[in-house]
Amino acid sequence: MGETALQQRTLVVARADLQRLLDALRAEGYELIGPTVRDAAIVYDAIERVEDLPAGWTDRQDGGRYRLERRGDQALFGYAVGPHSWKRFLHPASLRLWRAQREGAGFRVDAQADPAPRYAFLGVRSCELHAIAIQDRVLIGDRHADPVYRARREGAFIVALNCGEAGGTCFCVSMKTGPRVESGFDLALTELIEPQRHAFVVRVGSEAGARILARVPHRDASAEERAAAEAVVAHTAQRMGREMETEGLPALLLRNLEHPRWDEVAARCLTCGNCTMVCPTCFCTSVEDVTDLTGEAAERVRRWDSCFTMDFSHLHGGAVRASAKARYRQWLTHKLATWVDQFGSSGCVGCGRCITWCPVGIDLTEEAGAIRHSDGARKGGGHGRT
Amino acid sequence: MTPLVTRVSGVHRETADTWTLELEPPAGESAWSYRAGQFNMLYAFGIGEVPISISGSAARGGALQHTVRAVGMVSSALTRLKRGDSVGVRGPFGSAWPVEEAAGSDVLIAAGGLGYAPVRPVLHALLARRERYGKVILLYGARSPDEILFRRELEAWRGRFDVDIEVTVDHATGAWRGNVGVVTSLVRRAAFDHEHTLAMLCGPEVMMRFTVASLRDAGLADERMYLSMERNMKCALGHCGHCQFGADFVCKDGPVLRYDRIRERLAVREV
Amino acid sequence: MEGLERIIREHSFFKDLDPKFVALMVGCARNVRFEAGEFLFREGDPADQFYLLRHGRVALEMVSPSGGAVTFQTLGEGELVGLSWFVPPYRWAYDARALELVRAISLDAVCLRRKLDEDHDLGYEVMQRFVPVLIERLQGTRLQMLDVYGKPAAAKAAKR
Repeated sequence: MGETALQQRTLVVARADLQRLLDALRAEGYELIGPTVRDAAIVYDAIERVEDLPAGWTDRQDGGRYRLERRGDQALFGYAVGPHSWKRFLHPASLRLWRAQREGAGFRVDAQADPAPRYAFLGVRSCELHAIAIQDRVLIGDRHADPVYRARREGAFIVALNCGEAGGTCFCVSMKTGPRVESGFDLALTELIEPQRHAFVVRVGSEAGARILARVPHRDASAEERAAAEAVVAHTAQRMGREMETEGLPALLLRNLEHPRWDEVAARCLTCGNCTMVCPTCFCTSVEDVTDLTGEAAERVRRWDSCFTMDFSHLHGGAVRASAKARYRQWLTHKLATWVDQFGSSGCVGCGRCITWCPVGIDLTEEAGAIRHSDGARKGGGHGRT
Repeated sequence: MTPLVTRVSGVHRETADTWTLELEPPAGESAWSYRAGQFNMLYAFGIGEVPISISGSAARGGALQHTVRAVGMVSSALTRLKRGDSVGVRGPFGSAWPVEEAAGSDVLIAAGGLGYAPVRPVLHALLARRERYGKVILLYGARSPDEILFRRELEAWRGRFDVDIEVTVDHATGAWRGNVGVVTSLVRRAAFDHEHTLAMLCGPEVMMRFTVASLRDAGLADERMYLSMERNMKCALGHCGHCQFGADFVCKDGPVLRYDRIRERLAVREV
Repeated sequence: MEGLERIIREHSFFKDLDPKFVALMVGCARNVRFEAGEFLFREGDPADQFYLLRHGRVALEMVSPSGGAVTFQTLGEGELVGLSWFVPPYRWAYDARALELVRAISLDAVCLRRKLDEDHDLGYEVMQRFVPVLIERLQGTRLQMLDVYGKPAAAKAAKR
């Protein structure tokens, strides 16, 4: 009874009691994954204690630029997003699919049956919740379901976080994916940090969330605390680093496949694929079939791949998208246009990672805007200039 | 999705570099279940997997035919298999030719090169229920006479009175007395009612583009033409992303796609 | 206009063309240029202009998904780009792309087809210049198709 009631209430957990939340999750057998500072970035990795979190750090992001900076306070979540997204845990970068073994004149195939890890994700942003929902649609909500993704997804506990800081490349407001966390979480936190106060306003989103929160000291939030939490999100929404005009965007891009802007961005794009690695919705993979030295045992390993590689799309004559232009165009038109035809929503959640982590700072909001402002442009005058 | 292991029950050499493998149904299944136009992912132990269209059912025994051209490591390994060897199979995958929708219509099939293999099951299906269809026309272009696939079967069908088969080659030497010229030239000579015909095309993309142009000139509507598209695949499940052609995954939205759906994409380079 | 008339009169394609016919052609002509990389026309486009090259080279290309664009012919100064304007369905069967800066006389095929219909003597003059180009290209294509220089099938077999 108490657990259902928790879902209707807004609660407060003191900063001093946050460790109890982590402990409750570990006691339930979850592997805790959360943000931590490593290699001058805030990454997602296994954590145990609140001390592992990036207290007092924030990030400064722009096209091709990411720096950590000290804050004036000890906020635990006072930054935007780093190079990692939760996809590295749900849709692992490397995965053995099955093994095969020669047997007499033939062979047999043994499916992998490793039990799926049970992750608890701490600090999932609204854009990331949308990205997870998008990957759910692709990997388990379509014609074929990926059993590894499904098992990890079903076992995952999500502690979401309402952003208190907007990143320099964030545009979740344009994409309608944040900054307020709406659904898809077990618990949602908003950090209230002021000189005289450091606490978390908490909403419970599921029975699992209620069960965990029941083991953490909590009390009902006052009207002032609820308003303060709203103000945090409202403040963040005003400070987006980028904007993307989304009106008619898919049709705009698909009718401009020969726009000269593609050549222009291709001259800058290194086809390094960073954008696809950091993007929380990019899902493309490849497989490698390998044998051991005896040739008697084989296995198939799946790994992340990127549409920026030369032979990503090929026929026996050669690459289909040999030019950098074609590969950049494929990535952007997939992300912002054909994704809608395929999966019913945009593939972009406005997290800005592709802008931040592009070595040359290519900004998809700028590219889409440039095409919009010269909709229909083509190279040359059609039938020649007099 | 893990491959099922099946046995090769027959191997027939079609041309210098093309073989047809016959695969028994997997253990525990009495027969294969598939629709014309679909493909299987065939796994050569330790080497890899490739998508191979189903090219028919063996006359006896329920084995499934896959016609493979040796162009890369995996396909070459598949063409070196012998009777009794094992092969991994995942599938069947993909969209099918509109065999049901064609009931009551004339059917025009245009195939180029190895593209004949994925449409051959259509001919089997049409001839098995011949009374349901109007005219049945096959236009087949091959590079040269010794690259014509399933030649004996085609010659036997030519003996029937209820199917029109025209074969042409790009060039010929020696004893060939048949047509020499591009397959699109056969379209002009084919007698079909453009208002009641469905066309199914399979072959290199250039050949399909020009055949479509000829069919359109003959009055055939874009909604009445189906093309079988091809792209490389890793998963065949719509998850790896490699086979995308515009908004379509060739592995699950295709390989058979209606022309009006893909018309704009075919005109853009490097899509 | 006088400049255009002189350009047309001096172009090799119109060598010895009766002045009254030159005047008729001028009515359908423009002097145009294309930058390197620009397309003169694309496969599937309506064949409503064709070009007589004055300067620069053009590649005629066919596109396949894996081969990219294969050039099957290049044309240069003095040559005619575009044959399909003459016969229905008046549609281009390939791409024509400027390899460098191209200056050309552009002839409006809609305009010219009308004039050819009206004046059959003009029609004959144009045919006399046009058909030899057609035959020469056809014969060249046959020779190219025979692939006389090598044996690609054997080379592929050796690679295995």
